[in-house]
Amino acid sequence: MNSKNCILLDHGSGGIASQELISGLFLKHLDNDVLASLEDSAVLDNQPGKLAFSTDSYVVDPIFFPGGNIGTLAVHGTINDLAMRGARPLCLSLALILEEGLDLEELERVIVSIGVTSKEAGVPIVTGDTKVIPRGKGDKIFINTSGIGIVTEGVNVSSTMAREGDVILLSGSMGDHGITIMTRRAGISLDGNLASDSAPLHELVSDLLDALPSGCLHTLRDPTRGGVATSLNEIATASGLTAVIQETTIPINNEVRAACEIMGLDPLYLANEGKCLALVAPERAEEALQIMQSTSVGKESAIIGTLKRGTPGQVVLRTNIGGSRVIPPLHGEPLPRIC
Amino acid sequence: MKYVDEFRDQALAAPLLEELHRSVSRPFRVMEVCGTHTMAIFRSGLRSLLPEGVKLISGPGCPVCVTSASHIDGILAMAEMDNVRIALFGDLFRVPGSSGLSLAHASSQGARVDIVYSPMDSLELARKNPEELVVFLGVGFETTTPGIAATIMAAKNSHVDNFAVFSTHKVMPPPLMALLDDPDLQIDGLLCPGHVSSIIGARAYQPLAETYKLACVVGGFEPADILQALILLARQIARKEAKVENAYTRAVSWQGNARAQQMVNEIFQPVDMEWRGLGMIPESGLAIRDSYAHFDAEKRFDIKLEPAEEPKGCRCGEILKGKEQPPQCPLFGSRCTPTNPVGPCMVSSEGTCAAFYKYGG
Repeated sequence: MNSKNCILLDHGSGGIASQELISGLFLKHLDNDVLASLEDSAVLDNQPGKLAFSTDSYVVDPIFFPGGNIGTLAVHGTINDLAMRGARPLCLSLALILEEGLDLEELERVIVSIGVTSKEAGVPIVTGDTKVIPRGKGDKIFINTSGIGIVTEGVNVSSTMAREGDVILLSGSMGDHGITIMTRRAGISLDGNLASDSAPLHELVSDLLDALPSGCLHTLRDPTRGGVATSLNEIATASGLTAVIQETTIPINNEVRAACEIMGLDPLYLANEGKCLALVAPERAEEALQIMQSTSVGKESAIIGTLKRGTPGQVVLRTNIGGSRVIPPLHGEPLPRIC
Repeated sequence: MKYVDEFRDQALAAPLLEELHRSVSRPFRVMEVCGTHTMAIFRSGLRSLLPEGVKLISGPGCPVCVTSASHIDGILAMAEMDNVRIALFGDLFRVPGSSGLSLAHASSQGARVDIVYSPMDSLELARKNPEELVVFLGVGFETTTPGIAATIMAAKNSHVDNFAVFSTHKVMPPPLMALLDDPDLQIDGLLCPGHVSSIIGARAYQPLAETYKLACVVGGFEPADILQALILLARQIARKEAKVENAYTRAVSWQGNARAQQMVNEIFQPVDMEWRGLGMIPESGLAIRDSYAHFDAEKRFDIKLEPAEEPKGCRCGEILKGKEQPPQCPLFGSRCTPTNPVGPCMVSSEGTCAAFYKYGG
């Protein structure tokens, strides 16, 4: 690679090199009228309803992995954070921090992915920023996306809305993203199809909100870092109830289970990037399950447990053999075991 | 998942549990020697299903937990040296030395620390970083030692000179004898480690059964394996027998793995070794033989291990001996948590305190 096809400090200068990057790369792949105006901020039409606003930064090594890359994560992650409050995502911002020397071809692959992903999701990138930091001060590319969404009047989805008796649904297999990244980082090659589950959840959420009677969908959480275990702990704490889940009902791919066995990891703590936990009033649980299973991202949805009166903030797993154990939140990064 | 699912199946576990309930004639205490057993018992929720009167005590079989503070201090001293890269299994990353600092702290201060998944990966690191000396932290029992012996052989054969191993390897029967010599330790049987036994063979426990009149059963790590081993232990205890039985025949033979034993003997020799909580135990460790001294980090750096004090208030020593349960420690759950571990039993995912903290007592 020569210096002609990599990121230079000049690309973050705000001068001609920056302009070339914007017009030659960003506008080419992320084009829409609001962004193309290249104003200092995006001005959005007023929308009825309440505003949801979320931000997230993305640092991942490796930046490309089976099932996605840092760009797809940056789009899906913020869309999902908005959707978890019952919001319809309206638009995203995109801020890039690039390390001097980053291969331009790699950057283009990321930007193309961001363009495709945001178009498929119907959520445009309407404003952005780029900075370049000296080589060695970063790790290829860091991304921040912020997003604005609209919450329809009457919709109130939050952890504090979870109620005793609520049924807990998971929208598909757990751990796919976390184990894919960990095995790639470790250079462990396994047979099978380990791939990140990076996917947008806003359509699944809007299908649920449209079909279920108002007030029946109580809580949504996307179990990203910390996994299903940590999200359930947060819900149990916020609601002052005990979440009881059944090990046999939790969807998980065989490849993920096998990789977890090898590395001594518990899939309940692995990150997901295209899954959500939904807490639904018990009389509507079956209906919610069918709706989730009818979506492209929720085919493997399952009922995994219920919220019960008990020790406030506790999560209890009923194990395969009929025993039970407490599932605490994640402490520190999951580390592979010695043997 | 073949060889796993069938041993976690309730259809198999339920009749085994019934049989265990039938086999228990009196209350008894069994020490599960291996840290992986401790974890498996907690993870499967087995404790909540055991007959009343059957008490499982966690033994000294978590290799990270028994790594002494003075060894960790030695490791931290190496990590601070120029041009040294430390390669390790993940569990050791957060284990504190005598100062309370760990490799996680050293890493944050710029030390080169890599978590690897196989000792051979550390050899690859040495090849990729010829200007550095890559030190692999050899921690573990008989299960992990053969792989590390093979790595040292490979380093010698392929002339990877910038590679060394810091050996704190330990062997299993001696610490059990040291524990069993303690009259305060009242146990009726041993659930012997499955993976270690696949190397050393079930016969290794014969002297224990004879000398200490203990029921010894080698068990696998799935719930059905553990239940089967507990049934055999319960039957022996009911009949007042003290013999070695093997409930893990799909992995463990009477003689063990002769080839692995030979490889370990080629590279390592028995030495006295300090164990966290248990002190110095004769011939309980493995040092690299002089013929492979070039790959011995301790000799290469001339590291002098200083005696280090255990953290104040920490009860890991008593817990490792099976004399106390984690909640009896004044630090447990307050000053000592998996995020900020004080003692080694909290830091390793196989540690008794970590298991208690994560899964409840």
